[in-house]
Amino acid sequence: MQKKLTVVVVEEDRDRAIGIVDALKEAEDCEVFVIGNASSLARKIAAHAPDIVLVDVDNPTRDMLEELTLASGPLDRPVAMFVSGAAGGLAQAAIEAGVSAYVVDGLRPERVKPVMDIAIARFAMVRQMRNELAETRRALEERKVIDRAKGLLMKAKGVDEDAAYALLRKTAMDQGRKVVDVAEALVTAAGLLG
Amino acid sequence: MKTVTLSAAYMPLVDAAPLIVAQEMGFAETEGIALDLIAAPSWSSLRDMLAFGRVDAAHMLSPIPIAMAMQLGGVATPLSAVSVMSVNGNVIGVGKALEQELREQGFGFDFADPFAAAEALSKTRSRTLTFGVPFPFSMHVELLRYWFGATKLRDADIVIRTVPPPLMASALAAGDVDAFCVGEPWGSVAVEQGVGALLLPGCSIWSFAPEKVLATRTDWADMEPDLLGRLMRSVWRAGRWLAEPARRGTASELLSRKNYLDVPAEVIDRALTGQLTISSRGDQRDVPRFVEFHDGAASFPWRSQAKWIAHRLAQFHGSPDGFDADVVSQVFRSDLYRRHLASTASDLPGASEKVEGTIRTEMPVASARGGLTLLPDTFFDRRVFDPSQGE
Repeated sequence: MQKKLTVVVVEEDRDRAIGIVDALKEAEDCEVFVIGNASSLARKIAAHAPDIVLVDVDNPTRDMLEELTLASGPLDRPVAMFVSGAAGGLAQAAIEAGVSAYVVDGLRPERVKPVMDIAIARFAMVRQMRNELAETRRALEERKVIDRAKGLLMKAKGVDEDAAYALLRKTAMDQGRKVVDVAEALVTAAGLLG
Repeated sequence: MKTVTLSAAYMPLVDAAPLIVAQEMGFAETEGIALDLIAAPSWSSLRDMLAFGRVDAAHMLSPIPIAMAMQLGGVATPLSAVSVMSVNGNVIGVGKALEQELREQGFGFDFADPFAAAEALSKTRSRTLTFGVPFPFSMHVELLRYWFGATKLRDADIVIRTVPPPLMASALAAGDVDAFCVGEPWGSVAVEQGVGALLLPGCSIWSFAPEKVLATRTDWADMEPDLLGRLMRSVWRAGRWLAEPARRGTASELLSRKNYLDVPAEVIDRALTGQLTISSRGDQRDVPRFVEFHDGAASFPWRSQAKWIAHRLAQFHGSPDGFDADVVSQVFRSDLYRRHLASTASDLPGASEKVEGTIRTEMPVASARGGLTLLPDTFFDRRVFDPSQGE
């Protein structure tokens, strides 16, 4: 029987980590360890002697892992960013999904692929949720600014809400800018003058 | 001319200015391109984005493409450094504990003399000194190692550890690192947060160190000569624009925006003017040419600079089979620079290599138009690097 794969997931968010671990364990008979962000990341990872390390592309602590790829690093076995041609476009797919993987050199692609497939699917899902959340937040922020700008216009010019908005929109169109940018400029200016 | 959008990745640092200015001040537009600028969360992500084709170009640490050509690190896609985006611009600093110890010794924090700083550091009580740097392949690491090797710190117990620049201040505060070498504005941010003091500017160790390069995939550079030329010219014009002292205020404001560095303009201004606040007590030091984008053919990718980096990397990491510094140094594309910038006002040097470390004062040199003056490029210990012989 093959030796179980050891996978380390670098993830600070506990819920996300659990999701990834569950998905991996379901698909593959492997040992999974989760490590949060820490300054001694490379050493902690080395202690597990993993075959595969998974980390979010957007995680800035990823640069600490680069030390693992140097022969003189804390892992005795060289670790490489997964770039095997044999497994097709896995590396590209991984980057698009937002996961980077460090794989021990010489690990056969057919053993890596199932783990990576799961990781890619999982990270892509989380990334999409995060993007949607960011989008919602941004929309809320924009609406707040526009509301304040409308309020300022209504007070200053004695117009109603619809007229205030129409004025903002017209100015934005005339200047080739976004409504929210015009609103922001107005709020800033009012803050300075007020 | 139809506008073509090129995507370019950068790390939020003062020396990403040429890319940001190229887009914001219309230099890209003049060349019929639009830059889709993407802030990368880490140097490894930035490298992967470029290597795997997510972006066309990147603001990159000068040793990265050379290390990749030497098969160091995980990824080996051939990259080209088509121009140098910035020269110098790093600071070396210490955390509160070391600052305190150095002050007790009577050390004056002159922010100029690497020998004196090393002497003082070597006399501190500390056990192991841990230095934080942004990436294993960086000018920061090379400057530190060069400094240690030529001073009393040669035999000190020193560890160099990777810490992402935006996290450097908190790593200092937490005591994970005792000292650091980092690109601005992150050294000044550490001072602002009261967690450290600045010891030396990078240029006190090597006065003309190629810090960041404009990098593309080599196959892209070969397949898209027209787009590459437009990109290179717009970034070069942005560098020239940045070289005018009167524009520093505007540049600081641009960079400080939320979507770029998201750091107060006043803090960014320190690197651009060379007037640095080195401690939370407010001590100021002036460093002329703290970071250089244009003057003295700053953007010219000298093969000899690449060779110096290659030699230093080989010394530390061992050289790969068949290592040839002449071949590796061709990653610095002085050939493409000459081809694509001939049509600008850029004055091209006559040679593509020089003996590094021999220029002590501003020196006129042979050039295409005869008006080129090179700036001092000395190492602090006055050693020279002859690219035909190695060190």
